[in-house]
Amino acid sequence: MTFALLLVAALAVIASLAKLPLGATRALGAAFLAAGLFAALRHPLGDAGGALLALAMGALAHRFAPPRVLRRVAFLVPSFALLIAVTTALMYLAPGSPFAQERALAPSVEAALRERYGVPENAFGFFRIYAERLLLAGDLGPALKVQGRTVAELLAPALPVSLALGGAALLLALVLGVGLGVRAGLRPNSASDYASMGLALFGISLPAFVIGAGLVIVFALRLGWLPVAGWGGPASAVLPCVTLALPYAAVIARLARAGIVEAMRQDFVRTARAKGLPESAVVWRHALRPALLPVVSYLGPAAAGILTGSFVVETLFGVPGMGQWFVKGAINRDYPVVLGTALFYFGLVSLFNLAVDLAYAWLDPRTEQEAA
Amino acid sequence: MTAAGPWGLAWRRLRRNRAALLGALLLLAIAGACFLLPLGLALDPFATAPALRHAPPSGAHWLGTDALGRDLLARVLIGGRTSLAVGLAATLASVAIGVVWGGAAGLLGGAADEALMRIVDFLYGIPYMFLVVLVMLLFADTARGQALPVFVALGLVQWLTMARIVRGQVLALRGSDFVLAARATGASAARILFRHLLPNCLGPIVVYATLTVPSVIILESYLSFLGLGVELSWGQLVAEGLAVVNPIDSPWWLLAFPSGFLATTLLALNFLGDGLRDALDPRG
Repeated sequence: MTFALLLVAALAVIASLAKLPLGATRALGAAFLAAGLFAALRHPLGDAGGALLALAMGALAHRFAPPRVLRRVAFLVPSFALLIAVTTALMYLAPGSPFAQERALAPSVEAALRERYGVPENAFGFFRIYAERLLLAGDLGPALKVQGRTVAELLAPALPVSLALGGAALLLALVLGVGLGVRAGLRPNSASDYASMGLALFGISLPAFVIGAGLVIVFALRLGWLPVAGWGGPASAVLPCVTLALPYAAVIARLARAGIVEAMRQDFVRTARAKGLPESAVVWRHALRPALLPVVSYLGPAAAGILTGSFVVETLFGVPGMGQWFVKGAINRDYPVVLGTALFYFGLVSLFNLAVDLAYAWLDPRTEQEAA
Repeated sequence: MTAAGPWGLAWRRLRRNRAALLGALLLLAIAGACFLLPLGLALDPFATAPALRHAPPSGAHWLGTDALGRDLLARVLIGGRTSLAVGLAATLASVAIGVVWGGAAGLLGGAADEALMRIVDFLYGIPYMFLVVLVMLLFADTARGQALPVFVALGLVQWLTMARIVRGQVLALRGSDFVLAARATGASAARILFRHLLPNCLGPIVVYATLTVPSVIILESYLSFLGLGVELSWGQLVAEGLAVVNPIDSPWWLLAFPSGFLATTLLALNFLGDGLRDALDPRG
């Protein structure tokens, strides 16, 4: 019950932020940015250095950052708190406990373990201990099921793997999707249009592991060009990366096609042609930028999707990334591991959305004027 | 030529779209096979036959048998029931939540709108698979491998886009004259929403719901693949098929047929959804 109240309160904070006047949003965004940087930097740089750098960055952001970006930062801090609260609530509501074993532990032993690892019986207590440890010590806590290791130690080797796989997949999806989509959209209803859009429909319709299985059977088992699974060297990254990217390349291709078809009908394209510009300049200089706006707004959800798609692809190909830790952590009720991966995923998606906002402001200056 | 309402026009456009019609027919055929064939053929997806381990497709077992000698045809058809039911039920749940949420936001406007949509934004920021897995955990003891938690978990994460679509439509229609007229006659907010606004949003809702079914089926198959899904669904059969793939002597039918059924269904649903979108929204 108390948890329901906590959730409602956190949601109310997020909701009421939306009604703040612009000046307050700017100040709040900058303050949150400074606070977040301070929490992150005080351990590597020391208290004084961290505070100095955080304040400087906050002041710079307050002065120069676009309002859209500051508004997003202002949402970020309560969102993180809410994320930890929601995840904690769901895990405590789920049956089972991290200390459940085949033979029931003596109550005194379990109590000692709970005390030692900072996992009390009630969710509120856990939330307080976790938040304190995170904010004051910058510590993600101990892993409950992997003896003697901290969450940070578990996730640190997985982080670059997931980042490399996800980043490469996103880039591949973007290049492939935009290339195919623009090509198709420049000649609507041609044979190449139907071919690429038919291909895109397959990419959207098939689950990743069916695509992955097909790729493994053809390229690894029959042709023997690439390893079946595992992680080591560029060759082993090709199949997981392609498997992860294809569905998103398909969606991007459809968006880019619709965008370019729409853009080529606009008056400014007719004007550009009337000026006597060559067709390539019309496409590259004039039509492409507005045509890609829907693709850019899709990148946020696509990044989130690629990250979660990696749960499946990492399992399929045996890639030692973050996804496996989340799935293992959830099944084992290893609360700190689940929260650590949650923070990682949410942080990454948020950062990415920030970058998308910046890109959007550059591509379409009108959005900036609306926000101001 | 008789006068046709908007739905009549849409139907006419849909009938001319061959891909959409093909999708609808395939869907009917697969659903019919899954729900009717097992009755006629008296198939048992759980009957084991140790002598028939990994038997290739034959007259007795059209699609072959699995590691325990169970008939793959029976398993694919019964598994199809689950996958289709999960897709349909989770989509209905997501439509219900999304319509009420988005409708309320659009109709109430102001602070309530902001509050409701910021919550949607927050949930959008969380990778949905993450939420699905956590919600599935809630049901870990009570219904291991049963369908209900999957419906709930998938419905809970799929309503966000629907809410945004409905809100946008309601906002666009809210200021129109017929809503003003309804308000002037003293109609309640609920009546305006359900009698006047929603029927006008039905097109986009139908289109998006049709496209939600395949994405829910895919999600369910991911969960099955991770070992968190429904007992006996296409996703689980594909995962079983994947586990036995090897370079020397693969029982290929275990992977090929479940994947084939799954992929055909998803393609058919997407064809139908695209056709519906073209039919109901000629501008887009």
